[in-house]
Amino acid sequence: MLEVRNLKKSFGGRQILNGVDLTVEDGKILCIVGPSGAGKTTLLRCITGLESPDSGEFSIDGRSFNPQGTEANDRVIGVVFQDFKLFPNLSVMENITLAPTMVLKKDKTAATAEAKRLLDELGLGDKEDLYPYQLSGGQKQRVAIARALAMKPKILCYDEPTSALDPNLRKDVANIILGLKKDGMTQLIVTHDLDFAEDVADDILKVKPLDQQN
Amino acid sequence: MSMQYINEILPSLFQGAGLTLQIFFWTLVGSLPLGILVSLGLTSKIHPLKWLLEIYVWLMRGTPLLLQLIFVFYGLPIVGIVFERYDAALVAFILNYAAYFAEIFRGGFQSVDQGQFEAAKVLRLSYWQTLRKIIIPQVVKIVIPSIGNEVINLVKDSSLVYVIGLGDLLRAGNVATARDVTLVPLLLVGLIYLILVGICTLVLRQVEKRYAYFK
Repeated sequence: MLEVRNLKKSFGGRQILNGVDLTVEDGKILCIVGPSGAGKTTLLRCITGLESPDSGEFSIDGRSFNPQGTEANDRVIGVVFQDFKLFPNLSVMENITLAPTMVLKKDKTAATAEAKRLLDELGLGDKEDLYPYQLSGGQKQRVAIARALAMKPKILCYDEPTSALDPNLRKDVANIILGLKKDGMTQLIVTHDLDFAEDVADDILKVKPLDQQN
Repeated sequence: MSMQYINEILPSLFQGAGLTLQIFFWTLVGSLPLGILVSLGLTSKIHPLKWLLEIYVWLMRGTPLLLQLIFVFYGLPIVGIVFERYDAALVAFILNYAAYFAEIFRGGFQSVDQGQFEAAKVLRLSYWQTLRKIIIPQVVKIVIPSIGNEVINLVKDSSLVYVIGLGDLLRAGNVATARDVTLVPLLLVGLIYLILVGICTLVLRQVEKRYAYFK
């Protein structure tokens, strides 16, 4: 269970997040929806450690962690970016095994076996030797998911998972996300797409730009 | 232009070419890594370091390499730093070329998507792991054509070492031309430079091909 308490963040005097609280239960999917400018992405960037919050507490399963930390028990969050951010100079297999071998010091055979399992599960079994430029958008996204899962996160976060894809792939993404839920993965999704959120979410958190709340 | 004369002077030209190649090789070995380090400093947020390196690049690009060679060999001994001729040449060339390479690499680093650092960060890769495995391969691919230009310049710039009394390829040709009152040695010198640059061009093309596997 991920808990975020009293998260605050301002940029240059403009308050973006003013004491946000959220909870994602184990194995559940929380969608954060709202118009652009509402601070959804900032919220996600704080949780994933890409932005340092002005204040806020983070805990997973009751144990607090530092999203920007590098200790083993800080490594709990996986991220799937809107534009995937695969490493173009590495093959699909290397994209997935790089962090497990270099950060978790897994040996290469074990990391490769695990990556193969993930690729098979995501329907990319024959793509391991390709490079990102040879993949379609949907395939890139699944590689990004596999890359995040290979680090064994306790929770997987998505930034706008439907926005860089063809509309007809929305269903596929939803199926992948629901499939991971079946495997017990806890997931947090930021999206502006309310229909999509209603399809996959157990809980929906609506955020509004702060200057419109008053 | 008799074959016999050519055969007579070729050994001295090859000897000169040997020195040219040595300077070429060691300058690259020294200045490429140094250039990468300087470019990291140029893009860093530590302002004193950045300013210092900007002054260094300005000095190196702002004055003739010939002048720098003279200062390193004849000027530094005044403050107690003495180099052998050959070492002085290498010091001057490495410092000069590192400045040019640094600017090229700086451009390369800035054109890699900053999102790559973020993707690496959420995977908990360290800064150096990120540079080595993800950023530098992408930078290298971007900068190869510009680096290639400088590498080819270096083959010819190495002829400047005559000013501190080193016997490179051009100097060997000059000596023979002055002694024998004929332009034949210099023609051969031109031909040897062309061959060297031709080889460089082929090697660079291979390197470019090696990096064509990703986009």
